[in-house]
Amino acid sequence: MNSRKKSMTGADIFFECLRREGVEYIFGYPGGAVLKIYEKLYDIDFLKHILVRHEQGATHMAEGYAKATGKVGVVLVTSGPGATNTVTGIADAYMDSVPIVVFTGQVPTHLIGNDAFQEADICGITRPITKHNFLVRDVSELATTIKQAFYIASTGRPGPVVVDLPKNVINSITEFDYPDKIELRGYKPRVHGNQNQIKKAAMMIQKSKRPLLYVGGGVIMSGGHRELYLLAKENNLPVTMTLQGLGAFPGSDPQSLGMLGMHGTYWANQAVNNCDLLISLGARFDDRVTGKIETFATKAYKIHVDIDPTCIDKNVIVDLPIVGDVKHVMAELAAEISEKPDVTEWWEQIHAWKEECPLEYDMSDGRLRAQYIIEKLSDLTKGDAIVVTDVGQHQMWVAQYYKFNYPRTHITSGGLGTMGFALPASIGVAFAVKDKPILCITGDGGFQMNMQELATAAYHKLPIKIFIINNSFLGMVRQWQELFHAEKYSFTDLSDSNPDFVKLAEAFDIKAYSVSNISDVEPVLKEALSYNEGPILVDFRVVKEDMVFPIVPAGASISDMIIRRLDPKEMM
Amino acid sequence: MLHVISALVENKFGAFNRVVTMFSAKGYNIHSISIGETEDPTISRMTIVTEGEDKVIEQIVKQLNRLIDTIKIVDLTYQPKVQRELLLISVGYQKGTRSEIIDICEIFRGNVVDINNKTLMLEITGPPEKIDAAINVLEPYGIKEIARSGLVALRRGEQIRKNKGETETNKPGELK
Repeated sequence: MNSRKKSMTGADIFFECLRREGVEYIFGYPGGAVLKIYEKLYDIDFLKHILVRHEQGATHMAEGYAKATGKVGVVLVTSGPGATNTVTGIADAYMDSVPIVVFTGQVPTHLIGNDAFQEADICGITRPITKHNFLVRDVSELATTIKQAFYIASTGRPGPVVVDLPKNVINSITEFDYPDKIELRGYKPRVHGNQNQIKKAAMMIQKSKRPLLYVGGGVIMSGGHRELYLLAKENNLPVTMTLQGLGAFPGSDPQSLGMLGMHGTYWANQAVNNCDLLISLGARFDDRVTGKIETFATKAYKIHVDIDPTCIDKNVIVDLPIVGDVKHVMAELAAEISEKPDVTEWWEQIHAWKEECPLEYDMSDGRLRAQYIIEKLSDLTKGDAIVVTDVGQHQMWVAQYYKFNYPRTHITSGGLGTMGFALPASIGVAFAVKDKPILCITGDGGFQMNMQELATAAYHKLPIKIFIINNSFLGMVRQWQELFHAEKYSFTDLSDSNPDFVKLAEAFDIKAYSVSNISDVEPVLKEALSYNEGPILVDFRVVKEDMVFPIVPAGASISDMIIRRLDPKEMM
Repeated sequence: MLHVISALVENKFGAFNRVVTMFSAKGYNIHSISIGETEDPTISRMTIVTEGEDKVIEQIVKQLNRLIDTIKIVDLTYQPKVQRELLLISVGYQKGTRSEIIDICEIFRGNVVDINNKTLMLEITGPPEKIDAAINVLEPYGIKEIARSGLVALRRGEQIRKNKGETETNKPGELK
């Protein structure tokens, strides 16, 4: 039902729309073009505005909030530099299909194009990295545009939407009319897959000897983890997950093969190479997963379930595409399977691979290693924490050694690989999740890219556990330099320039420790996990030259994975 | 191979730009592109001529469909269609060649639309091959300037014939 029409300013309409969309938090930063909105915000009590320290932080916070809850994350920034500072976060959300709506201020419409103070064509800039964007040219379009923005961001394959708000639009007055429903003739996301295709897929599963479920972030986004669990358990199917898929299926379940791809487990990659049926569920055959396309899963009949038709046949040509919401498709698929496939031999083979090359690291030299810390964390939290990671070696070690048992508990920047993601994203998570520990596992490099947000975390006393895996190097780049670039450690050594992270934290009144000894790890982790008065930071001084293994070199076949560090002579 | 893609898009600010941005972001090539309002003033039709293997074209069509502002995308390449392009061409003339150029123009069923003491401007419409042929024939006379509109195309309508009281429907383009 429409409420009685009422004259309102653009700024009032803005908040009324957010109220109706159920927005709880806005991550934002004020500035000239959005002053009118901030004036109204002063008296608003149905939502909370979180003042960030840099607009990029705001976008990652919105992403963290959205990934942890499935709701739309909301950002509010000013025009010009405020808007351009959100670009990295928007691109990150686009690559990982995260529903966020970014409201940017804009100069008044009559000044657009004039190179006015703090003017930037943010719609032009963000066109290739948003699902859609809007420049609101008249206040009469404002309510409908906001409704459309939330609808587009959260439906179909989710993604970021930018709404650009010129200053005069915010100040103008119009009759408020919020549409009940949105009808976009050019946008009709498809929920149900083709029945015949699903029947055919069920038949293929029944007669397969070596089936494999290849699960991506789409399963988590669609809320399909239960459907996945039933499909996999009832038919005894092995499950391998992408980086974004971790948590969709319990990592400690014997049917989980862990992550596949560049830093995936040996047995998961062997399973991909040797399966006769590959069922991709909400994944996109990213190059970090497939390695060399020509040699990827060549023996397999390939089924691809995805809500986005552009993902199908984009990288790998598949035999049976099913376009639809993966949650519904999995439920329908499970219902169609009348006979379980015989996978006894297949499982024997997978177990043999697992024994052949397990994930392992060597602690015999008595030095502290990241893998050990992460395994300890996994044990102490029993896989029931929200783990937010940055980008690099620590991210891959978390993916390998932390056993994610629940969906929406692993939050990381996958597609874009944005260093500096973890700290702000974990702040966004902390506003959404109150009943689980929030672990921000980051590197010494990535942490410094958005460390200004320590102020945001400290001010709100958020119980985030910030664990810096500090090897005084840009470790992943260092690893590639060692393996593929003639050991020229070009500009990756941070040991002479890293700050004292403990002192840094203390400057924000954040409790902090530095740990270098193995024996200190467990007590410090326990203390951090039980401390809930505010953020706590631990600087773990780990081995410099450690590498993430296994690794498939970029562009190589996944069968050519390097399992461990070789003697330099062996590598010639 | 060249493909002709017909796209109905929202007739609003930024829609054209979104389509072009998609092509450049994905590294697809645009051979020609034209846009204009349709019978419904809220909708524009874009005719895009692009190049690529079938797999690439399939992706282009999907990527176009994915844009919020696009309403309907059809690859007309293998469909029966009418396609036209407009050519404006300015050709230099001397004593004796003027009537030859006007003859050529008539053969191509074009019009002379402008003349001064050095050049003739011709207007010729037709499918791209005809335009190419006209340019080729006029080349020896000295082409000063060319403007091509880019292709516009529409799918042919279904042919319905009444035969002994029953209606027979042919698929479009199957002209008997």
